[in-house]
Amino acid sequence: MTSTDVVLVVLWVGVTAYAILGGADFGAGVWDLLAGRAEAGRRPRDLIDRAITPVWEANHTWLIFDLVVLWTAFSPAFAAVMSTLFVPLCFAALGIVLRGAGFAFRHVSERLEAQRAFGAAFAVASVLTPFFMGTVVGAVASGRVTPTTGADQAWSSWTGPLPLLVGVMFVITSAYVAAVFLVHEAGHRGDAELERYFRVRALATGAVAGVVAIAGVIVLHADARYVYDGLVGKALPLVILSAVCGIAAFVLLLREVRFARGVAVLAVAAVVWAWGVAQNPYLLPKTLTVDQAASSNDTMTALLVIFVAALLIIVPSLALLFVLSQRSALED
Amino acid sequence: MIAASTSNLLAAREQMAFTLAFHIPFACMGIAFPLMVLIANWLGVRGDADALRLAQRWSKVMAVTFAVGAVTGTVLSFELGLLWPGMMSRYGEVFGIPFGIEGIFFFTEAIFIAIYIYGWKRLSPKLHLLSAVPIVIAGIGGAFSVVTANAWMNQPGGFTQNASGKVTSVNTLDVLFNHATPYEVPHMLLAAYIVAGFLVSSVYAVGWLRGRRDRLHRLGFTIPFAVAAIATPIQLFVGDTAARAIAKDQPIKFAAMEYVQTTSTHVPEWIYGVYNGGKPKYGVSIPGFDSFLVGFSTDATVTGLDSVPASDQPGPKTLLHFSFDTMVFIGSGFMLLILWWLFVWWRRRALPKSPWFWRISSVCGGLAIIALWCGWIVTEVGRQPWIVYGKLRTADAVTHSGGIWITFAVVFVLYAALFVGTIVLLRAMARRWRAGEDVDQGVPYAPPPT
Repeated sequence: MTSTDVVLVVLWVGVTAYAILGGADFGAGVWDLLAGRAEAGRRPRDLIDRAITPVWEANHTWLIFDLVVLWTAFSPAFAAVMSTLFVPLCFAALGIVLRGAGFAFRHVSERLEAQRAFGAAFAVASVLTPFFMGTVVGAVASGRVTPTTGADQAWSSWTGPLPLLVGVMFVITSAYVAAVFLVHEAGHRGDAELERYFRVRALATGAVAGVVAIAGVIVLHADARYVYDGLVGKALPLVILSAVCGIAAFVLLLREVRFARGVAVLAVAAVVWAWGVAQNPYLLPKTLTVDQAASSNDTMTALLVIFVAALLIIVPSLALLFVLSQRSALED
Repeated sequence: MIAASTSNLLAAREQMAFTLAFHIPFACMGIAFPLMVLIANWLGVRGDADALRLAQRWSKVMAVTFAVGAVTGTVLSFELGLLWPGMMSRYGEVFGIPFGIEGIFFFTEAIFIAIYIYGWKRLSPKLHLLSAVPIVIAGIGGAFSVVTANAWMNQPGGFTQNASGKVTSVNTLDVLFNHATPYEVPHMLLAAYIVAGFLVSSVYAVGWLRGRRDRLHRLGFTIPFAVAAIATPIQLFVGDTAARAIAKDQPIKFAAMEYVQTTSTHVPEWIYGVYNGGKPKYGVSIPGFDSFLVGFSTDATVTGLDSVPASDQPGPKTLLHFSFDTMVFIGSGFMLLILWWLFVWWRRRALPKSPWFWRISSVCGGLAIIALWCGWIVTEVGRQPWIVYGKLRTADAVTHSGGIWITFAVVFVLYAALFVGTIVLLRAMARRWRAGEDVDQGVPYAPPPT
């Protein structure tokens, strides 16, 4: 394995982490949006707030990590994505500001109207941001981004069938992961009613995600042939793993929720890796390969040193945060 | 077409400038405020109940300012790619290394801020105090990394390129410790402590003027003011060194900020004045003093603007010069205020009584932010027309995407709302605290409710 391969794998770990942890955060916002009127939605909103308050900023640093690694290790790919997908990325950035500010402000404001206004910003942005990020992924996977595309493709690059479908898929998957996490969270707090509340929602979104995924296969076949061939070829084991985990999580949610979270996470992670394997050796199918986009060896080495340092510093810190958070040691 | 791209460049620069100007004061709070919280908490753990109350309240303020800093910082990392793809495609692999390091510090800071803020009631006092230490360190490390990246834009080094411009080799240490790092990093780090110190103390100065002079308010003023008071004299020295280094490293930036038209000796120092077709007007000039500041002798040669064609000069000389002078004046003014504070403390072991001390102190937070902005205007506008000094022009790095004026307008409205929201929230928090609403919420470090 070359240093480029290692950096690529670490980048993909970062993408997976953001897809799951960031996704769970966005999805929690989706459930916040759908929780109904202030009185009826008070309890689920309260659980959502408690669950994500200590971790949301740390979760979203994965996005920064992914952006920085992509631009440092594969600068031409980053520049092509940023030049071509200017519009959805602007919307995603807008959503991130609205979401973060809305959440932080709602948390500390006292008046109901203020909480409602900030909460609305948080919740609506929680739907829009993953949607636009999904269109970015769909645009890349369907080969609509190349080193020579740019402002002329500002709209056409992300409004095709696959980008829009992946956008929808991102929202549904985020909601699904969040619901599974919130089942666990409610169970952990011994709140059987909320556990049931989110279990129903996890099952429903899980089923919808399955249906959309099947529709996705058809769209992939028509709109992103290279990735489709990869998914039914070299990435097939991962696709099967994801499907099996998805079904297993569904069954577990019906019977024994204890392991549902891990299995659901695995289902999502397997899709992220299936996409990566299917695209390989391209970063931008089929115009820019990993090797063409790769930075010099020196830069890759520097990144590897940074990764090791990050591993030594961040993993124990993050573990501490999650342990304290799970033990409910972090409450205000 | 040319008109359109010129407008695009201007829009992109304005948006970048606006979002940076918004972010930097919050970044300063993220870098420097944790130290003040730590000091208050430390005093609190040693038995000072007022200090403990202060640390608890400040940690909630820290949560808000850190959140705003985090989201506006995320926007900046998007903007680097969205607005300047030409720079990222060519130099992303060099420029990205310090940002990779910054990622570690930012991640650490986010994690420990969460632990600290939400750990008040359930962690042991000692463990809780200890959890603030990584925040302080990560703030310093993060500032080092980001400012190093900017220093690299001013003094790009540590890489080689082939004939087509592709980077072929990178020396990480030379990137990190580029020529501008030794003066730019300390200058900004100290600025962060000065801005955060005066910003927080100015809030309590306003309180003093309104008659809130209890121990809590005196402490709330003194801790941040003392931090700024330590940083300011060092800053005057570092800033002076930085200006001399810029005269050497980026002579055209220096010539623009000091109105040096022609390379010569015995160059006068202009205090304010308007640049008018090669000649400063309306300002006060001190003969030979600019030469003296650069080389400790009026015989020292200073490079002039006319040593390069106009297309290689930064445009708005008056803006640069005004910014530089204003920064220096505000910094020097701070020093006088600090001497006043020290003198009274030395004579009476108390805070000054004169309302003028408190009136001035209450505007110091705003003045510190203005000085901060001025410094960044000198750094960034002064580097133009280059985005990477001597290597890549800003016009060649800007995006071809249209509609930047629209995104700028959206960002402007959004950030205005963000600003209003932040201020309204902080004021509401202060109001609740003044009403004593957090007093009956239980003392921190009390045993967990059973």
